[in-house]
Amino acid sequence: MSRDGAVAGLFLAPSLIGFSVFYLIPFVLGFYQSFTDGAIGGQLVGFRNYADLLHSASFRKAAGNTMLFTAVGVPLLIILSMTLAILLNRSLYLRSWLRTSFMLPLVVPVASVVTVWQVFFDWNGTLNAWLHELGMARVDWMQSNWSMSIVVVMYVWKNIGYDMILLLAGLQSIPKDYYETASLEGAGRFRQFRHITVIYLTPTLFFVLLISIINSFKVFRETYLLAGDYPYDRLYMLQHYMNNMFFELDVQKLTAAATLMVGCIVMLTSGLLRAERRFRENSE
Amino acid sequence: MNNRPSLTGLALSMLFAIFAAAMLFPIGLTLVSSLMSEAEISQNYDLIGKMVDTADGGKDAFVNLKLLPDWLTIQQYAQVLILSPKFLSMFWNSVGLVGPIVVGQIVVGSLAAYAFAKLRFPGRDKLFFVYLMTMLMPFQVTLVPNYLVIDKLGLMNHSSAIILPGIFGAFGVFMMRQFMAHIPYALTEAAKIDGAGQLTIFWRVVLPLAKPGLAALAVLLFVDYWNMIEQPLIFLQDSVKQPLSLYLAQINQSARGVGFAASSLYMAPMVLLFLYAESYFVEGIQHSGIKG
Repeated sequence: MSRDGAVAGLFLAPSLIGFSVFYLIPFVLGFYQSFTDGAIGGQLVGFRNYADLLHSASFRKAAGNTMLFTAVGVPLLIILSMTLAILLNRSLYLRSWLRTSFMLPLVVPVASVVTVWQVFFDWNGTLNAWLHELGMARVDWMQSNWSMSIVVVMYVWKNIGYDMILLLAGLQSIPKDYYETASLEGAGRFRQFRHITVIYLTPTLFFVLLISIINSFKVFRETYLLAGDYPYDRLYMLQHYMNNMFFELDVQKLTAAATLMVGCIVMLTSGLLRAERRFRENSE
Repeated sequence: MNNRPSLTGLALSMLFAIFAAAMLFPIGLTLVSSLMSEAEISQNYDLIGKMVDTADGGKDAFVNLKLLPDWLTIQQYAQVLILSPKFLSMFWNSVGLVGPIVVGQIVVGSLAAYAFAKLRFPGRDKLFFVYLMTMLMPFQVTLVPNYLVIDKLGLMNHSSAIILPGIFGAFGVFMMRQFMAHIPYALTEAAKIDGAGQLTIFWRVVLPLAKPGLAALAVLLFVDYWNMIEQPLIFLQDSVKQPLSLYLAQINQSARGVGFAASSLYMAPMVLLFLYAESYFVEGIQHSGIKG
């Protein structure tokens, strides 16, 4: 046992050293800084940075937008990818081709399709041209509240393949004879879906939910490339806020915002993991 | 379920094919446009980002979505590859950043993963949870302290500022642990009884069995880091050292035609890698499921 521990230490050492230097120590430092006044030497100021942060209008805007984006984008993504996975789980023509094409956006670097998004969503873009054909007025997609729905589209485009693969794996792990027994006992398609598919897919769904939320934070790349440091108000996310605080050297607000975000993610993750465990124990 | 698609299956397949085509459209349009001449590009897309005043008698003007080039030309590629050396040098910058990260994270990650998956030590699960958490954090969260650490180590504006944090990223540890956890204890125990040390077991038993995992990890890491934008944006202010992602962000606005060609070349390695190693890619994603 103790020998095992010593050996484990050797295997872990390279990772643990680098991980501490580049992730753990920075995090602890940031946490500490969020309670200081930022001068060299740093006086502790308690929660003042947090109070300042919560009073800052641009932080509130950014936090609100991030929450709104996650609240709209994530459920939409999960519903769509779930539909895809269920439909792809049956025999279809060109099935593997279809699967490949839904996954391809996943590997395409964001920077290489930005121009295409511009072609579509610009004021003079294709989408407006289509609207014009239909006799409707154009919409300033990137400079109005619509901008967030554009980013939702990009988020779904990029991530639907990932979620679909996870859900397909979940679906395929449900034994076929469950369905056979159920239909022998006279359960219809919908009942089978509700009582077999949903129940056995739930553990996978927890994970898909977690990954989708995490990936929703990465959408910053798209917005940054499309709209720069200061996009339209609706698109101003927490990551923009943190990036800008960094360039404005406002370390206090930045570290306080980062600590709050870490707190939220840790709570969310452990909550989801706990819910998953409880669900599994109940269903066994 | 029988193996031959039914009539509804056919209808569904067609519906899906349309949806799939829409998914592929941005990629296809980039490729097609990269084969158009600069003149054709500007003729069709010049209106992007311009506020045309339609009030003073002018007609409504829009960009013209052009699906087929008037004539094919590799003019843009020649421009990108031969006439502007910047592209190639930044392409190699990207390779020089991503290559060491992928190799490094695989080595460091699988060593640590072995400890998490096959060895018992106090605090193991708690430590793993910490790794898991950092994997989930957005880059911006540790921006300031990371900056301080990298500054202190004298790495600012040096490619190591990107490579080193990349090598020690938690994702490799996480995914290799998931793969190794599926290797039966019976195998490692048998090797132990035969008198093999842990290093031998790791090298001779576990690592060969985890090969699909290594391949999957390599593919996923490659895709992820090829796409990185935030890290070089902060830590590599010197434009000579920047990777392609940032170059594209600049060029897309100034010279659209060249941008399309550069974009195509930028996504090509990833798309080819994906088509070649799709099964590993799928397996990698499936194993990233937390349970197991």
